[in-house]
Amino acid sequence: MAGLHKSDFKNPVVNWIDTRLPVFTMMQKEYGVFPTPKNFNYWWNFGALAMVSLMIMIATGIFLAMNYVPNSTMAFDSVERIMRDVNFGWLLRYVHANGASMFFIVVYVHLFRGLYYGSYKAPRELLWMIGVVILLVMMATAFMGYVLPWGQMSFWGATVITNLFSAIPIVGEPVVQWLWGGFAVGNPTLNRFFSLHYLLPFVLVGVIFLHIAALHITGSNNPLGIDVKSDADTLPFHPYYTSKDSVGVCVFLLLFAILVFFAPTFFMAPDNWIPANPLMTPPEIVPEWYFLPFYAILRAVPNKLGGVLMMFGSIFVLFVIPWLDTSPVRSAKFRPIYRILFWVLVLSVIVLGMVGAHRPEGIWVVLGRIATLYYFAHFLVVLPVLGKMERPLPLPESISRPVIGGGPLPGGATAKPMEKV
Amino acid sequence: MRILRLAAVAALLGGLALPASPASAQEAGALVHQNWSFDGLFGTYDRAAAQRGFQVYKDVCAACHSLKHGHFRDLAGIGLKADDIKAIAASLTVPTIGDDGQPTTRPGLPSDQFVSPYPNEQAAVAALGIDPPDLSLIEKARDGGPDYVYAILTGYTEPPASFKLAEGTYYNKAFPGHQIKMPKPLSDGQVTYADGTPSDVPQMAHDVVTFLAYMSNPELEQRKRMGIKIVLFLVLLTGVVYAVKRKIWSDVEH
Repeated sequence: MAGLHKSDFKNPVVNWIDTRLPVFTMMQKEYGVFPTPKNFNYWWNFGALAMVSLMIMIATGIFLAMNYVPNSTMAFDSVERIMRDVNFGWLLRYVHANGASMFFIVVYVHLFRGLYYGSYKAPRELLWMIGVVILLVMMATAFMGYVLPWGQMSFWGATVITNLFSAIPIVGEPVVQWLWGGFAVGNPTLNRFFSLHYLLPFVLVGVIFLHIAALHITGSNNPLGIDVKSDADTLPFHPYYTSKDSVGVCVFLLLFAILVFFAPTFFMAPDNWIPANPLMTPPEIVPEWYFLPFYAILRAVPNKLGGVLMMFGSIFVLFVIPWLDTSPVRSAKFRPIYRILFWVLVLSVIVLGMVGAHRPEGIWVVLGRIATLYYFAHFLVVLPVLGKMERPLPLPESISRPVIGGGPLPGGATAKPMEKV
Repeated sequence: MRILRLAAVAALLGGLALPASPASAQEAGALVHQNWSFDGLFGTYDRAAAQRGFQVYKDVCAACHSLKHGHFRDLAGIGLKADDIKAIAASLTVPTIGDDGQPTTRPGLPSDQFVSPYPNEQAAVAALGIDPPDLSLIEKARDGGPDYVYAILTGYTEPPASFKLAEGTYYNKAFPGHQIKMPKPLSDGQVTYADGTPSDVPQMAHDVVTFLAYMSNPELEQRKRMGIKIVLFLVLLTGVVYAVKRKIWSDVEH
């Protein structure tokens, strides 16, 4: 009996299970009484919202897959059959297609929240890096999902993006043919993309489990960016953050519903309602909005290999920012210069998104290059240099005694590596 | 700072909205927005207009264009009675395989797809020199949707004096590049409406666009009805959940 867990649950059935497999104790510990900083603002909703988005995507995706035919001669028609003849098929399809956009909105906000409040700094470096892996897997999943309806944009988007790998010296050409399963995007490509599009979300679930496991080891960061000092700084996750996250989920679902029911094609390219035609290139091949900033970086470089490297580099640079940022202060609240440059970064990403949606001519080329330059400079130059030069504002003593209430620590005006305990 | 932050968030949301209207819209000139019965939160398809539009489709468009994602049974959605649908379907022949195993034809049934004018793309190209686009999704597959289709149908004019028209094309002010391979499809009085509505070109264009809007978005009325209930429910739920959150947090100093 040495291995049996001693359970505190009163209900005999729950107790019996919990003694043998302490899932109830685990849930109670991680989501019931889990000590959470008491000062979260609503930006801390977006992790939970991302989780909700993924669950919605998996739920709708499973039912779509029951009616979808992954064959290049039937894929488009099978999607139309879902839209017209499957009971509530239009709802499943519009929720799934717009769910991808909602998922990316939520994840991008989550990511920028991490950047603003320094959530990537010690001891949360690995938590952050797992997050970047999640972003990469998500992007691959979304890209392959967009190919499945086999419209014009699906086909030509797949052609353009897979062709990027041909920029790799020597092995580029064979790699692209290996990805396609042939000499052009075709039925084998569609088949494997469907298989991977069904597989990767479950890989995501696994990586997200690690993300949350790592989060529950370090504990959450918070808007002040200082460590939890005592029990007075925290609240049990339930009911405080279950209720606060529920508010966020309701608002999220409200906006999602408005999109699905009243503007379901808002994020969709008209060309993707035309069946794929390998003999006719659409006038413009534009990726989905959530890839536009990266597409703009790709096109900002007048060399194919250079552009591809920069595009992938724009995500890989995120892996190393815990070491690029030399400031010991986490929250931008106490970093007057970083706080401004953070919004410059946000602006440069928005500009890149707009550049990605336009033909690379005239002012858009110049804007694309300036924004690309700032994007990389922000991480590679600003973060290392600013941390050494910037004079942070005084940090509060603790979460429960913020500056206004408790007053700054004596001598708190200097940056103090207080978090590196 | 707070204002700057709000401004950046607003710009972010605005930035999301912008890419949704790709730059290609600039080519064909600004479309005039028509007044459609299916616009807006409570929009529904004007049954009479859609039925007239079906007549225009059947008598004019169907000569060259397929509507292959639609079925005769879908006509119930624009208010046609079951018997009328049966009669319409039966008036057309559809290809089938006979008991002797040879290809033959039979009268259509409501469960059949709309009959395509050409059996395949090659046959269309052989007859017309081009494969006319299928109309099932035409109002989703073009920038500007119904307004664009309406502008094409009413956009045939004499070319400007300096304009050099290529062989086999027709001048259309709404078409990108202005040279369209479809001859002017509608002319005044071309169809005779059973309800006595005068059939001038703008009227016929308006009616057929309404019908094709239905074929592109047959779920629209159900979607909007459902959407209003769900949005109202979520507004209430958000209010209740927010009140609960306030109550729970009322004893916390934060």
